[in-house]
Amino acid sequence: MLTPLEWEALALSLKVAGTAVAASLIPGIVLAWVLARYEFVGKGLVDGLVHLPLVLPPVVVGYLLLLSFGRQGVLGQWLATFGITLPFTWQGAALAGGVMAFPLLVRAVRLSFEAIDPRLEAAARTLGATRGRVFLTITLPLALPGLLAGMTLAFARALSEFGATITFAANIPGETRTLPLALYSLIQSPGSDAAAARLCVISIGVAMVSLLASEGLARRTRRRMGGRDV
Amino acid sequence: MFELSLSHEQGSFRLDVDLALNGRGVTALFGPSGSGKTTLLRLMAGLDRPDTGRIVLDGQVLVDTRAGLFVPVHRRRLGVVFQEARLFPHYSVRGNLCYGMPARDEPALQRMARLLGIEPLLDRMPGRLSGGEARRVAIGRALLTRPRLLLLDEPLTGLDGDRKQELLGYLAALVRDIEIPVIFVSHDPQELLAVADDLVLMQHGQVRASGPLDTLLARPELMPFLGGFDVSAMLRVVCHRVDPDRHLNELRLADGQRLEVPALNVSPGAVLKIQIRARDVALALTPPEQTSIRNVLGCRVTGLHHTSTPGVTLVALAVGGQVLRALISTASCEALALREGQKVLALVRAVSLARPA
Repeated sequence: MLTPLEWEALALSLKVAGTAVAASLIPGIVLAWVLARYEFVGKGLVDGLVHLPLVLPPVVVGYLLLLSFGRQGVLGQWLATFGITLPFTWQGAALAGGVMAFPLLVRAVRLSFEAIDPRLEAAARTLGATRGRVFLTITLPLALPGLLAGMTLAFARALSEFGATITFAANIPGETRTLPLALYSLIQSPGSDAAAARLCVISIGVAMVSLLASEGLARRTRRRMGGRDV
Repeated sequence: MFELSLSHEQGSFRLDVDLALNGRGVTALFGPSGSGKTTLLRLMAGLDRPDTGRIVLDGQVLVDTRAGLFVPVHRRRLGVVFQEARLFPHYSVRGNLCYGMPARDEPALQRMARLLGIEPLLDRMPGRLSGGEARRVAIGRALLTRPRLLLLDEPLTGLDGDRKQELLGYLAALVRDIEIPVIFVSHDPQELLAVADDLVLMQHGQVRASGPLDTLLARPELMPFLGGFDVSAMLRVVCHRVDPDRHLNELRLADGQRLEVPALNVSPGAVLKIQIRARDVALALTPPEQTSIRNVLGCRVTGLHHTSTPGVTLVALAVGGQVLRALISTASCEALALREGQKVLALVRAVSLARPA
């Protein structure tokens, strides 16, 4: 049904977006937790920094990544000592997608943390649970629907990432040419309208499937809880 | 023994408490809303830190601000039941009950479920429980952690009359079955009379009085703070006979004297605690004839006390080793020439409340 090139772009996209979400998960949850539950000096600044990719032109984000993780960049040089290079690799594409998707993940998870009744957590503490156990058995499970929603959003955002990716990781077939980049390449070359339309349909299909899957999961979680506490 | 000596400020509210509880039976923290009872409960539980002070439970120092000591909530081993049940919505009733159990113990769980009448609910999710059921589950969940002490924050508030009675029944049964001291916050006199042995009377963030319920009920100057209370006495009696035809129960005091009250839902042999309000007791020196009052008890005067109302005297009476109180006018007190040690007859107009003892 799909051509080898389409398969390649699709598989690469899923790999890049999946890696982006997986890698953002733990820092995203921690940051969302901190923003939801603590007041500290500079909270506004942290909040602003997290949301910056949402409002900056993606090209700017890609360029900033290039400056930091490039050969001359501080982080790039540091990573090079471990033999890791990110620019122009699929891991780099994942980083670009992850950074662009991060605010959406943090926002969704933070909102669901804020919606949890802290009195339930206090009740768990009186039952002898440590803070860690409360987080793992009460907070996180109750935030699960929000977490799933955030992950889907982040996944879809990473999947559709274009500007930051092409700036930071370039458009290398089989390495960083994800669906949007492949589509862009097809639009650039004349006479590829049909192929471009096919990629368009594939993109829509992937996005729909991930949305439906997350909606289904969230509904199952909610049904398991059987409505709200009295 | 539960010793608290602390002060705590919250906004413009200041709590100053110096209190020693004997750590047995049921103690009620009673007072109007805003008197600091829930704040005190939270400090006991370790949900808040006092600004200064010490809390010692059975010799273990839980809080000592001067030494910088604070045992966190989860290591205090205190069961806490909140006003809202606070069940975890993502766990079944069984999951909620098990949450704080030190080890998996199915027989203990089954026994608790039976005691609280929640056996059929074990596999339900909390969202599908009624208010009364949810509270019972919350109480069971707290007790299954094997706490040293059970703290209840207005456990009956928000339940309707029948549910309230039902939960009161379960509470009374629990207190008898599980020998664990209970401290509960209440602003409802009915609740208090139904389960409390001891009373801590709170007002404006301070302890106004504390001690056995029966002793405090004898202090007329406290009655305004007890809002809705009357000076009264609590007597322990045994149900001797039930007369279904006349809808009467015959109760016996320890010395064999009888009281007849309208039928209660108890069987012969049951030990009851009854409340007799002081203004429902009149005194006579000779047996009255042709009166509607059927209950006449032979007593001895043990004390005459002036009350805050001029012209009213509170008479303390000894009957069968217990204390009965009568509120009569000072004029009739003088007319009868009452004095300590004198034998009198107490005419009891009404018994206002009875519960299993």
